[in-house]
Amino acid sequence: MLKRTDYLTKNYGKPDGWTLAAYEAGGGYRGVRKALMMSPGAVVEETKKAHIRGRGGAGFDCGMKWSFMPKPSDKPHYLVVNADEGEPGTFKDRTIMEQNPHALIEGCIIGCYAMGAHTCYIYVRDELHLSKERLWAAIEEAKAKGYLGQRPFGKTYEVNIFVHTGAGAYICGEETALLNSLEGKRGQPRLKPPFPAQSGAFGMPTTVNNVETLAIVPTVFQLGGDAFSKLSALHHLNDGGTRLFGVSGHVKKPGVYECAVGLTLRELIFDLGGGVLDDRPLLGVVPGGSSCPVHLPDEIVNIPGERFEAYNGKCILDIPLGVDTFRGAGSMLGTCCAIVMSDAVDPVLALQNLMHFYRDESCGQCTPCREGCGWLERVVNKIVAGEGTMAELDQFHEIATNITGSTICAFGDGAAQPALAFIRRYRKNFEDYINNGAATQTRSLSL
Amino acid sequence: MAFALSDERIKEFAEILSRYPNKMAACIPVLHLCQEANDNWVSDEVTEYVAEKLELSAAHVKGVATFYSLFNREKPGKHQVWVCRTLSCALRGSEGIISHCEKRLGIKMGDTTPDGKITLRTAECLAACGTAPAMQVNKEYHENLTPESVDAVLDKLLAD
Ligand SMILES: Cc1cc2nc3c(=O)[nH]c(=O)nc-3n(C[C@H](O)[C@H](O)[C@H](O)COP(=O)(O)O)c2cc1C
Ligand code: SF4
Ligand code: FES
Repeated sequence: MLKRTDYLTKNYGKPDGWTLAAYEAGGGYRGVRKALMMSPGAVVEETKKAHIRGRGGAGFDCGMKWSFMPKPSDKPHYLVVNADEGEPGTFKDRTIMEQNPHALIEGCIIGCYAMGAHTCYIYVRDELHLSKERLWAAIEEAKAKGYLGQRPFGKTYEVNIFVHTGAGAYICGEETALLNSLEGKRGQPRLKPPFPAQSGAFGMPTTVNNVETLAIVPTVFQLGGDAFSKLSALHHLNDGGTRLFGVSGHVKKPGVYECAVGLTLRELIFDLGGGVLDDRPLLGVVPGGSSCPVHLPDEIVNIPGERFEAYNGKCILDIPLGVDTFRGAGSMLGTCCAIVMSDAVDPVLALQNLMHFYRDESCGQCTPCREGCGWLERVVNKIVAGEGTMAELDQFHEIATNITGSTICAFGDGAAQPALAFIRRYRKNFEDYINNGAATQTRSLSL
Repeated sequence: MAFALSDERIKEFAEILSRYPNKMAACIPVLHLCQEANDNWVSDEVTEYVAEKLELSAAHVKGVATFYSLFNREKPGKHQVWVCRTLSCALRGSEGIISHCEKRLGIKMGDTTPDGKITLRTAECLAACGTAPAMQVNKEYHENLTPESVDAVLDKLLAD
């Protein structure tokens, strides 16, 4: 279902669209006023009704996550915003920070109030200098108006927001690595439990949310939780509202598009993305960031369970992009930013590109991930060089399988998933390299 | 000469400290501050300075400085250029952009021009996939790159 909306994007591309004046002219800072009239508990309940599935990739319900925070005590509580956006193919949060930073600030005030936090850190990857600049400017503007600080909107509930910077490490997007990094340590993931709600930043109760998750919260309070959720075609699956969809790679109009939840990949690629470059056939699509499995354009999905009956037997391109629909189909929704490959692409080279990334970015704590990612890259490199063997292709499968589920954080699975999906769906291409040597390489990555 | 921050940066340092419940949390922002004040690299003098100021062990600060790819442990060129090599950019021709840069500057990825003007490196996904291919030059992004637009950027850096 293609239904475009503009709750987050109405000021995108406008001159000074990121300023407080532009934000308020578009109805900004009304949601927080409503939220601050409610009790914190009621704010959490209203957020639950909105069914915002976490936009950072895991799809956990936002209101539910907020409800896990312990009752306020003498311990400080923290809200930490994950603005590390580093998942290859993902580029939506950056647009919010650069073009609509006040939506995030407003969402942070509501989140802090709901969870008994008075301090919020926005952890931005270092490369995004313009995002940091726009966020600091938005914070200053909001402070000057009395929207932040001691008494936001006249309410005696202190809220302070700080921008924190990373220093170049994809793994810091993983929430516990991010917390270590925020604390001034090496960005290595922590063992869970304890979960951040019990012991997060500085050992205190903490919630980590994605930029987009928080930026859409003000809209929830403008429309009401239930009305917001019902904008989605997947309201009945508790996957509510609207979200940002990205499309990159071989499409005519790559970019970020805001739509109701329930959009299909076919709509994203052909209606919004303008179709495949040079009108070539599709080779494959990665639905939501590089850690998701790649899909063939004619794959038929089989989703077990009555709730999904309507989607069973359909092509993967035609099922609504939802957390549970894609999980049910053996895929992953991830960040809803799709990477599109036309038939000009050599899938073996595409996998080689990704395996380099994962080898480079493993934090090195777990042996299966550290050694496995290095090994996977070496095997693909050998295959590309025409020096691989069938035994090594099988070994590749085994290494990736052994990483799955045996590591501290989900990075390991995130590396194994594309590895397994590429060799399963494009096995013939890999075998051709092995049988015919490097002469097989007639295609490249770009057109 | 031992490393020290200017008075102005000391003020910024104090402001950074005020954001956190303890000194350790300031480690990364303060390393950035010092790196900028030290020709864009983190020398052993810098890690020792930061350790002393934040009351941390030198080993801790060194461990942090070596973990993150954007702390330079060697002095880079006057300008730093990172060309994204990850999949969305590769699909849009980043390989061509990379070899174009290497040819234009006569150096390989990871190297610095002999006059010390430019350090050229690859980057992993810069969150600019929709405007690929993309590169970062110092603190700025350049997107939808073509060999011509890359030349214009590099010319300016070389002339500076
Ligand atoms: C390796 C790895 C990288 C991640 N990178 C990001 C990221 O860049 N941004 C993000 O919001 N979440 C990222 N996540 C997910 C976070 O761990 C976490 O689930 C998310 O920030 C929670 O926010 P949400 O519930 O609002 O989605 C990553 C997870 C893993 C395992
Ligand atoms: S799975 Fe990989 S990235 Fe995650 S903690 Fe283990 S080694 Fe680090
Ligand atoms: S792949 Fe280059 S910016 Fe994302």
